[in-house]
Amino acid sequence: MADKVHIKVVVNGVERHSEVEPRLLLVHYLRETLGLTGTHVGCDTSQCGACTVHVDGQAVKSCTMFAVQADGSSVTTIEGLGSPGSLHPVQEGFWEMHGLQCGFCTPGMIMATVDLLNKNPNPSEAEIRHALEGNYCRCTGYHNIVRAVQYAADKMAGKVGVAADD
Amino acid sequence: MANKFFGKAMKRVEDPRFITGTGNYTDDMSLPGMAEAAMVRSPYAHAHIKKIDASRALTYPGVLAVITGQEMKDAGINGIPTGWLHPGIKTPPHYAITIDKARHVGDIVAAVIAESRQIAEDAAQLVEVDYEPLPAVALGSDALKPGAPAVHDDVPDNVCFTWSIGDKAAVDAAFASAYKTVKLNLRNNRLVPNAMEPRASLAQYLKASDEYTLWTTSQNPHIHRLLIAAFIMGIPEHKLRVIAPDVGGGFGSKIYQYPEEIIVLYAAKKLNRPVKWTARRSESFVTDSHGRDHETVAEMAVDQNGKITAVRVDTIANMGAYLTTFAPAVPTYLYGCLLAGTYTTPHIYCHVTAPFTHTTPVDAYRGAGRPEATYLLERLVDVMAHELGMDPVEFRRKNLIPPDAFPYQTPVALQYDSGNYEANLDKALEMVGYQDLRRQQAELRKQGRYIGIGAITFIEACGLAPSALVGSLGAQAGQWESALVRVMPTGKVEVFTGTHSHGQGHETAFAQVVADELQIPVEDVVLVHGDTGRMPYGWGSYGSRSAPTGLSAIVLATRKITDKAKKIAAHLLEASPDDIVHEDGKFMVKGVPDKAKTFFDIALMAHLAHNYPADLEPGLEATHFYDPKNFVYPFGTHIAVVEVDPDTGKVKLLRYLSVDDCGPVINPLIADGQVHGGIAQGLGQALLEEAVYDKEGQILSGNFLEYTLPRADDMVQIEHDHTVTPCPHNPLGIKGIGEAGTIASTAAVANAVMDALRPFGIVHLDMPYTPEKVWRAIHGSRLAQAAD
Repeated sequence: MADKVHIKVVVNGVERHSEVEPRLLLVHYLRETLGLTGTHVGCDTSQCGACTVHVDGQAVKSCTMFAVQADGSSVTTIEGLGSPGSLHPVQEGFWEMHGLQCGFCTPGMIMATVDLLNKNPNPSEAEIRHALEGNYCRCTGYHNIVRAVQYAADKMAGKVGVAADD
Repeated sequence: MANKFFGKAMKRVEDPRFITGTGNYTDDMSLPGMAEAAMVRSPYAHAHIKKIDASRALTYPGVLAVITGQEMKDAGINGIPTGWLHPGIKTPPHYAITIDKARHVGDIVAAVIAESRQIAEDAAQLVEVDYEPLPAVALGSDALKPGAPAVHDDVPDNVCFTWSIGDKAAVDAAFASAYKTVKLNLRNNRLVPNAMEPRASLAQYLKASDEYTLWTTSQNPHIHRLLIAAFIMGIPEHKLRVIAPDVGGGFGSKIYQYPEEIIVLYAAKKLNRPVKWTARRSESFVTDSHGRDHETVAEMAVDQNGKITAVRVDTIANMGAYLTTFAPAVPTYLYGCLLAGTYTTPHIYCHVTAPFTHTTPVDAYRGAGRPEATYLLERLVDVMAHELGMDPVEFRRKNLIPPDAFPYQTPVALQYDSGNYEANLDKALEMVGYQDLRRQQAELRKQGRYIGIGAITFIEACGLAPSALVGSLGAQAGQWESALVRVMPTGKVEVFTGTHSHGQGHETAFAQVVADELQIPVEDVVLVHGDTGRMPYGWGSYGSRSAPTGLSAIVLATRKITDKAKKIAAHLLEASPDDIVHEDGKFMVKGVPDKAKTFFDIALMAHLAHNYPADLEPGLEATHFYDPKNFVYPFGTHIAVVEVDPDTGKVKLLRYLSVDDCGPVINPLIADGQVHGGIAQGLGQALLEEAVYDKEGQILSGNFLEYTLPRADDMVQIEHDHTVTPCPHNPLGIKGIGEAGTIASTAAVANAVMDALRPFGIVHLDMPYTPEKVWRAIHGSRLAQAAD
């Protein structure tokens, strides 16, 4: 075990200071050190996307980064996106359109969708399917996930400006 | 009674926690003083374990224990039993940690318990195991060859069991006098279930009360408690509580009693600390029970009128290295009994040989036996239709069981209770525009484009199950379901079910039904599931049983509540109970609507019992144990349209349409979602997925880099509708819908691909239809044509 390293990360708007092992993955830092268990681990080869969070506004699979690489960054997880009383339009879309079943892939799927809509507010069905290639869902067959993304895009287009999460 | 909620596409009550990241999955939990486990797993498919040296691991800082199979056996821990027995079946021991030999890649050789998962994983690499590798066998038919290496010393021929159903002599006679016959050699590819949440288990032992709690990723916590208590660990059943909290998908893979659950329970007592283990995905690939893996010779005979006269099937069903909980039932009663499909075939015979191999155990995966049966039957039907020069849809139509034939006794034990197959087929054909599609296909073929259409009909038998029947067939468990409905003094209602929801939306759909039965707001009902400490009993969720079996129990318990409420209302309204009607949310005297009591009034008085019938118990709760009279038989028509690129071999899904019949639909949003997901899994088998083993038993597709799950861009928006043929023998007429998509779609997609490849003279390819396989088949065919 190597010596621990000090990092400072702003997570969901709160500045966090931690001593971490250099080998600690960002996802384990979020889940185990900070107790933010909404971000999930679905594989060990960076395929499934269940661990997707935003680092400095970009969707990142948090199993592909060490916590020390997030030093000085701003991280948004599903817990920081919206709450039951004030859902982000993407969260609302997944609820309205039944875009989830077991819920395990959902936080990563939602964070990937927010990133897509930040970059492309009006994606076609093909663009949605392409953008979510890095996120596996075993329950929905993606049918209602596509509808959820379309719902969110419509909802966000109806607003002044695009809701930003970070 | 008017239904306010039944049939409504209500948003799910479970979703707020999942979309905000506040779900509670097993790996999300940690307890004070919790240690974590990592497993030392065999890298060999078959090896003698000559020596285990844990001395280096034990000196690694933070390591608490290294546990071996011998230690657990010496402590009186037994092997893991199977839950289904056939006559003559071989059931060699399956220890949580193997003792003498490793029998598949991933077999547990030792367990390391440490202060953290990272330390446990580090130390697992320091456990020195002296293996003597032995020859291994991975393919079922190879395991049956003379001289094949034996998986278990006491089963030298590797035959776990053989099984058959049907009248062989009658079938052979039908083939002898057939107008035409077709024969296919089929390989039903082995699949890895891959629920998105990897398995995890957390055990706690309380010394003061000698009680255990196990949180685990399970579809059926009571089955775990029973197996662990009565068979494996000897814990008194009332001293073990098993909780399955939020579970991230199951698809069958979380039914079974797995070794790791035993290990963490044992370690929690040994160390007097909570112990957690969570699978890495690469562990899931070699330890979650796999699905399918058949080698089959399938034959069909017809008469000169194009009527199917017989089906004959001989299957080798790979069991893997050990029998898990329901493994023996899957390639037998859930498979051979489904070979009538939707057709009037008078003679069917199915013979199954189930060998052990040096591979991960094989058990039920979504559909479990029924997708295998549907696939081979629907492949035979398409090939036979071509032989006869008939449109495959018209050949099916000619052989469908007519609506006036129900109840219909098949020649393979099942009695179908209801069905209307031709109307369902016609609806699907109309929706898809079948004749136009065939015209387009012909036109595009002239342009060098290869479109394929796969239109199949299917049936499933689900809603497990009549207990006495399955008991007579070898089940070591009952298959009834229980419900407890508890009304509180404020009129709020808790419903406890023995089924488990791990994505199916029971918290919403079941509450809709209860709210209608009691005529109360749906938000006044909460469903509780997944905790042996809270519900009376239960056999869990699999085999599309939760709605037809579990919800039937709930409905009948709820009706007991209504009956009692009428008695209380009659007393309060000074009327006869026979004169009380339950309408518009009120209990009122018939014809006197202003003499009424609300559900709240009744609930409160049931608990106060101040002004109360003398001969009635206070309180308002009811339990019902429901044992179904028969299976339920959902059916449907699925149509896949694909295009094959002859230059690359790539198969592209163009359209997918399904018309399912699961009886009345409780919540269309949820039911349709089940169909969508099932279709994707079945398409995965047809086009993408395969657990590939090499000759030495090494898995070559053991992670997501090599094993391809369907992604968003492999799928299309699914066109979907229902027909409604109620089940005649349960209170709501409902049938299961959890597995239908998977049962149907593999066959539909497979037939579509084969239809597209027909111009190349290709009659059959085994799944999955990867670009390489399809390209090679086309290329071989073109070369052959050029050589002619």
